[in-house]
Amino acid sequence: MIAVNRRKFLGAGAGGMGLLGLAGAMPAWARGADILAGNARKGLDEISGPNIDLTVARSAFATGNRRGGAIAVNGTIPGPLLRLQEGTTVRLNVHNQLEEDTSIHWHGLLVPFQLDGVPGVSFPGVKPGETFTAEFPVRQSGTYWWHSHSGLQEQAGHYGAIVVDPAGPDPVQADREYIVVLSEFSEMSPHTIFDKLKKGEGYFNYNQNTWTDDYPLSGEDRRMWAKMRMMPTDILDVSSAAYTYLLNGHGPLDNLEYLFRPGERVRLRFINAGAMTFFNIRIPGLPMTIVQADGQNVEPVEVDEFQIGVAETYDVVVTPGAQQAYTLAAESMDRSGMGIATLASATGARAAIPPLRDPPLLTMADMGMSGMDHGSSGDAGMSGMDHGSGGDMAGMDHGSSGQSEMAGMAGMSGMQMRDTSLLPPDVKVGPGLDMVSMNPVDRMGDPGIGLADVPHRTLDYRKLRALTPHREGRTPSRRMEIHLTGNMERYMWSFDGKKFSAVSDEPIRFAYNERVRVKLVNDTMMAHPIHLHGHFFELVNGAPADRQPLKHTVILQPGGSAQFDLTADEPGDWAFHCHLLYHMHAGMFQIVTVANPDGSEA
Amino acid sequence: MKIRIVSLLASVAAGSVLASPAAAQHAGHSPAEPQQSAEAQADAKTKCEEEAERHRAMGHPVADGACEPAAQPEAAMDRSQMDHSTMDHGAMTAQDGHSGMTMPVDAARPQALPESHEGMDHGSMPQGKPAEGAMDHSQMNHGEMGQAEASSSMDHGQMDHSQMNHGETPSQDRQGMDHSAMQMGSDDDIPLLPPPPEAGSGPARAAVAIWGEEAMNEARRELVRETDGGMRFWFQGDRLEYRAREGKDGYLWDIQGYYGGDIDKFWFKSEGEGSFGEPIEGAEVQALWSRAIAPFFDFQAGVRQDLTGPERTHAVIGIQGIAPYQFEVDAAAFVSTKGDVTARFEGELDQRITQRLILQPRAEIALSAQDIPELGIGAGLDRIEAGLRLRYEFAREFAPYVGVSQEWRIGDSADFARAAGEDPSVTNYVVGVRFWF
Repeated sequence: MIAVNRRKFLGAGAGGMGLLGLAGAMPAWARGADILAGNARKGLDEISGPNIDLTVARSAFATGNRRGGAIAVNGTIPGPLLRLQEGTTVRLNVHNQLEEDTSIHWHGLLVPFQLDGVPGVSFPGVKPGETFTAEFPVRQSGTYWWHSHSGLQEQAGHYGAIVVDPAGPDPVQADREYIVVLSEFSEMSPHTIFDKLKKGEGYFNYNQNTWTDDYPLSGEDRRMWAKMRMMPTDILDVSSAAYTYLLNGHGPLDNLEYLFRPGERVRLRFINAGAMTFFNIRIPGLPMTIVQADGQNVEPVEVDEFQIGVAETYDVVVTPGAQQAYTLAAESMDRSGMGIATLASATGARAAIPPLRDPPLLTMADMGMSGMDHGSSGDAGMSGMDHGSGGDMAGMDHGSSGQSEMAGMAGMSGMQMRDTSLLPPDVKVGPGLDMVSMNPVDRMGDPGIGLADVPHRTLDYRKLRALTPHREGRTPSRRMEIHLTGNMERYMWSFDGKKFSAVSDEPIRFAYNERVRVKLVNDTMMAHPIHLHGHFFELVNGAPADRQPLKHTVILQPGGSAQFDLTADEPGDWAFHCHLLYHMHAGMFQIVTVANPDGSEA
Repeated sequence: MKIRIVSLLASVAAGSVLASPAAAQHAGHSPAEPQQSAEAQADAKTKCEEEAERHRAMGHPVADGACEPAAQPEAAMDRSQMDHSTMDHGAMTAQDGHSGMTMPVDAARPQALPESHEGMDHGSMPQGKPAEGAMDHSQMNHGEMGQAEASSSMDHGQMDHSQMNHGETPSQDRQGMDHSAMQMGSDDDIPLLPPPPEAGSGPARAAVAIWGEEAMNEARRELVRETDGGMRFWFQGDRLEYRAREGKDGYLWDIQGYYGGDIDKFWFKSEGEGSFGEPIEGAEVQALWSRAIAPFFDFQAGVRQDLTGPERTHAVIGIQGIAPYQFEVDAAAFVSTKGDVTARFEGELDQRITQRLILQPRAEIALSAQDIPELGIGAGLDRIEAGLRLRYEFAREFAPYVGVSQEWRIGDSADFARAAGEDPSVTNYVVGVRFWF
């Protein structure tokens, strides 16, 4: 194995990318100094050392034919990569040059709660002109990220990567490594985007079903969806109609290059720093081996494509060589657009860019009716079927709701989209709840919307196994259930039917070191990336208890459920929310309080 | 492509297995399915003990201490101490079910089993942990094993796998099913409970001790405000149109809007129409309190002021929202200061022809409980209006349209119209714009 200084490579690569992006790739009209003046540079600088300064300031940004206001940290979008070392103490100084409060949340880092960076939960926020210093020991390694937790600043460019190098040898060896920060840029201000979402349903969706579409929907299917007052094309709330998808701040026209020597093992650290976009990641011609999820090493899994939810991170290792160049395609889950970069063996080498695939449609499983999906052949539907033949599970007889009743998606007679008797009593039933999943099966085995029937290998949570066993082996002492609720039409989102404003004095409480199995039930037709601050929970994905993968964010597939085991061993108040920025902004937010070890209230 | 994992925590007993190429770990499995290592399950101590208990219950000798803490993986399960020689696997009739197990083919034969676990190839179990965890029981036909199993955390007794041919099931499917089955079973052992008293109660106040009451309260209020969806103002010109028709051409406006939050809003509406060169025929404004009462419906109540004709003010109650099949509906009843009771139903439906070209059928029906001669309204069905508008959304907020709108005065109302020298049936060809902000 060739000894390589990773940082040198990364720095050189990133620098080269920046220059290329500005000089070579911009369309002619965009090269004028008047437009670029004052713009944030496209990331990615790297900072390391015990004392790190981060300056948050208003800026502007341009890519392709879009330009507009932005927030840049240290003058770049994304902001700098923080390269930390496990076992050291780091001092992070956040300087606020905005005219409003700001904050930085260290997403995935285990820190004392008061340094976690969530205004109103962990601290009061950083006032304009002031500096906030977070000093803490770095007690983990892996790929993480940081972002503003104030208002909608994250959408405007206030985010960046964190890499913590392990104190010991890294079980993942690579000849070089690169960061891939996925995000979006919009000319619209984030507040305008939210306003449009509130006022106009499907505002950004230009893939809706119409009289003239090519969707494989029968007339009966279409009437069923209309009857439900839902859209089968409601995959992501915000599309390429508003977004240009960015990789390290580079739009598809900005010629982002990752250089490699043939045969090298290249580690790519993917971070989804988008506000609203799940991405399907492919490098056509190059299999990817997943080695880390949310900063935690996992047993290697080789895939050809994986979906990364908002706020998740995945590290993959690839060995490019057979081709001169490979296209890294980050397709938005609704397939309205993609972010593009090139893995190139020589500067300027390019590979074909895969075309956008047909947009996916929601299935019966996405409606919370798993096991009844005989119309489409998605994975999720199949898992429902498996349960049916696997026996009488959780009291549900899937067998009897099989073929005889459900010839296709359209056999809706007798199905209730909002049977509130299925809900636990603590879920508030009101206008903010437009649907209740009839049969919210565990969808850990689902590769994500639109990937169930792709003709190659994909990733799902059941394929994740912690690389090394973790110490926690206790069986949870109790279970709890949290419902993800919403109203697409009104754009209201909440937990248990209650926006944060209704429960801001009623946090979710855990005793110190308590081990709890948390079941999340998605009573909506959207996928939600649910993030718990300050902890790693273990996905209950069928792995043995000590190999359940550790994550800080879990995607709840539409109409499905997921469980995690949590050891609540980080005292304090922590944010718990949907990481879709506008869902959080609409109310899908709660506080988790973990009591102190001495039993006193945190 | 094989992942090379070097110097992986030498303390892990089976590190040699992990460090070997993925394919080697999966001898007998498709190398293209790295996730199959899932079958090489290690198990926690408690699980191990449960398993041991079960085996004792089944009459199998299991040495005490067979389950050691996970921190000592090599010792965690001394397989040689776990004598399964008395385990009658012959009782499992569906032997072909074993083809789905992780054991090598020869070990899957019943006569190969009675030695001990040493006789099995546990090469795929990196931790050397209890074989029970590693052997995916859900793939076995336990149908014959009776209720003794049913009390275990995995409720095998209820799982009839006899119809499954695991030998031919793609590994991925198998895995998906097996594990969810295991989860379902084990969940039943974990009680659904509220937090214990040690979890504390009341609001989250941890940060107050560090940053002070005042600063944190202010920040909390701001957070609550920020995550509440906010207050907003919406204004829609639903129909602003020129109406070409027999006689003098006319115009119509139909606007509405609101200011408010998710549940309560101040809602206003105004409609009016007339002919060019004449006084306005009819105009009104409504000011309503609107409250979300269902996912798709708002209840509205307030007042309506007529701006033309005889002085009239009405009390209004109504429902506005979206009915099944995406009909936008607005139904309201009015009681005037003269005691007259009238009602109106409006419905419209957006039919997308393309992403931007939208055909909108629209109907409006007006009813009256009594004759109101000075307004030209007859009791019963007063007026029907049916329209069809084709709009093009240059932006979601801005869509010009063309269309046709037919109005009929009905019954006594038609008579009132004729008496006034008007045609009770009017066809309007309309061109207009729909916008909102």
